[in-house]
Amino acid sequence: MLAARAHLPDGRLGPGLARLTAEIARLMDAFAAAGATAVDPPALQPADILLDLYGEDIRARAYVVRDPARGEMMLRPDFTVPVVRMHMAHGAEPARYAYAGPVWRMQEPGSPRPSEYLQAGFEIFGAPDPAQADAEVFALIRDLVGADAALVETGDMGVLAAAVEGLDTAPHRRAALRRHLWRPARFRRLLERFGAGHAAETAARAALLARVAAEGAPAVIAAAGPEIGLRGAAEVAERLARLAEEARTPPLSAEQVAGIEAVLAISAPMEAALGQLRALALPGLGPACDRIEARMEALAARGIDAAALPFATSFGRTTLEYYDGFVFGFSAPGRPDLPPVAQGGRYDRLTEALGGGRRLPAVGAIIRPEVLLAARGCPA
Amino acid sequence: MTLRIALPSKGRLQAQCIAWFAERGITIARTGGEREYAGRIEGVAGAELVLLSASEIPRALAEGAAHLGITGQDLVREQIPDWAGRLGELARLGFGRADLVLAVPAFWVDVERVEDLDAVAAAFRARHGHRLRIATKYHRLVRGFLRAHGVADYRLIDSQGATEGTVKNRAAEAIADITTTGATLRANHLKVLSDGLILASQAALFAARGARWDNDAHASLAELAGRLGLTGAAPLPD
Repeated sequence: MLAARAHLPDGRLGPGLARLTAEIARLMDAFAAAGATAVDPPALQPADILLDLYGEDIRARAYVVRDPARGEMMLRPDFTVPVVRMHMAHGAEPARYAYAGPVWRMQEPGSPRPSEYLQAGFEIFGAPDPAQADAEVFALIRDLVGADAALVETGDMGVLAAAVEGLDTAPHRRAALRRHLWRPARFRRLLERFGAGHAAETAARAALLARVAAEGAPAVIAAAGPEIGLRGAAEVAERLARLAEEARTPPLSAEQVAGIEAVLAISAPMEAALGQLRALALPGLGPACDRIEARMEALAARGIDAAALPFATSFGRTTLEYYDGFVFGFSAPGRPDLPPVAQGGRYDRLTEALGGGRRLPAVGAIIRPEVLLAARGCPA
Repeated sequence: MTLRIALPSKGRLQAQCIAWFAERGITIARTGGEREYAGRIEGVAGAELVLLSASEIPRALAEGAAHLGITGQDLVREQIPDWAGRLGELARLGFGRADLVLAVPAFWVDVERVEDLDAVAAAFRARHGHRLRIATKYHRLVRGFLRAHGVADYRLIDSQGATEGTVKNRAAEAIADITTTGATLRANHLKVLSDGLILASQAALFAARGARWDNDAHASLAELAGRLGLTGAAPLPD
């Protein structure tokens, strides 16, 4: 038991450890050959930055420790955030980085998922041609995981985002949908609310909005109670105005809602999926389709049968939260008990959030060396 | 081994527990001096009383240090992540009722439901540069509730007491706390969201799956369960 580590019963000792060390060296050598500089970010990361990025939910998934001088720290739940921060602070552009080491994730009691596991990763920042960089990372990871993780999935978070931006409706609705792209249940509820549910929603607010129209927002607010706390009466009045605007805005048409749902339902080989997306002829989807096509060509130029790669618009929507473009994953065939051997994607937006508004093209991927060895069926 | 039964060490909850047992013909007697945390359970062979703070009983049960215990459902659900896997709930006792609710300032007329809070949280963060703060001591329960409702952009602030005052003191924008009548909330100019009931809690009798259940403990439990009329309640290990 003491020699066990994630997915490898003997991975902390003797030959089991030697195999793992050799595998990590193989991956890091390949990343170096692809031009990457090795980086080694601290295991302890400031909690504030991760909380701001992921929200309070991260507390349930990351180990929080309290440092008397530095305040709340977290054991890094991944490398991407610390590597982006290092690059934003010290890096030259364009830049390529490689890393390997443990990450920590708190799991629900009884969960078979490991709370400590290894990641070996590769990230490219600032590459001018996104299609080429996407294809390069995908091809590199595919070659490294090989036949041990031949189950491929791909997607593109930018497609749904583009469909939302293309909706002909009030800007506040697009903003609300954009904010919940990564929360499918909430996204669907909003879509319902702005569409078929709009009449019921408007009726539920009617009494309040009628009072506000008759008496004025300040009087209605003052009658409800004294102004306390940081969020002031002006902010309440502002939101009342937005609620009135939402009530006045015509509901999303059945066609608009069906369009978004059709985008979400697409799951087919990449070339066929692209054809289906183009055939939807939704406003705003053109550039997103062009990006998929350019990427498909770049993948094909690297000898990958890109047209046949499985592609789903909703792939990566719940698990890979900071990705906003191309996403992909590799899993071991016949091993649904194992997490994906590798996953990655594009995360331009994350660089903006961490770089104080400076946005940088960024794409990367991680391989889980322990899972890769387990998938290869090393003797226990 | 003796069947260890954990009861609250003092206060109203202890008095209600003693009364609950008494109604079922079991006398619980405090022993020693008024200030000594000791007592015994009469008429059940091989049963021993353990007096603990109500908030420590969930952990004692989760660790198997006691076989049975009475405490609030809210404390068990908050403190023991997989409580249903480690404890069995033998009976709900009908007292110690408390609702864990999500409350906001009453003058927030634009916020009636939990999903309003989500919309407000987004605007609040854009305006104030930090996430909307919710003061509570029930971190796990509140976080799970808000995740299920798709609320983002909030931050939990730990508050171990006088939580209703945190909004006025500008330490938080909203609160999640236990209420029985809502009077304290109203006095502090707060209102409960219409779908803001996180948990309706009451005191319950729990059994610890991880305690040592040897023949003696099983025999004592069977006798106690018979006296208490707990039929069909055997969510215990094999």
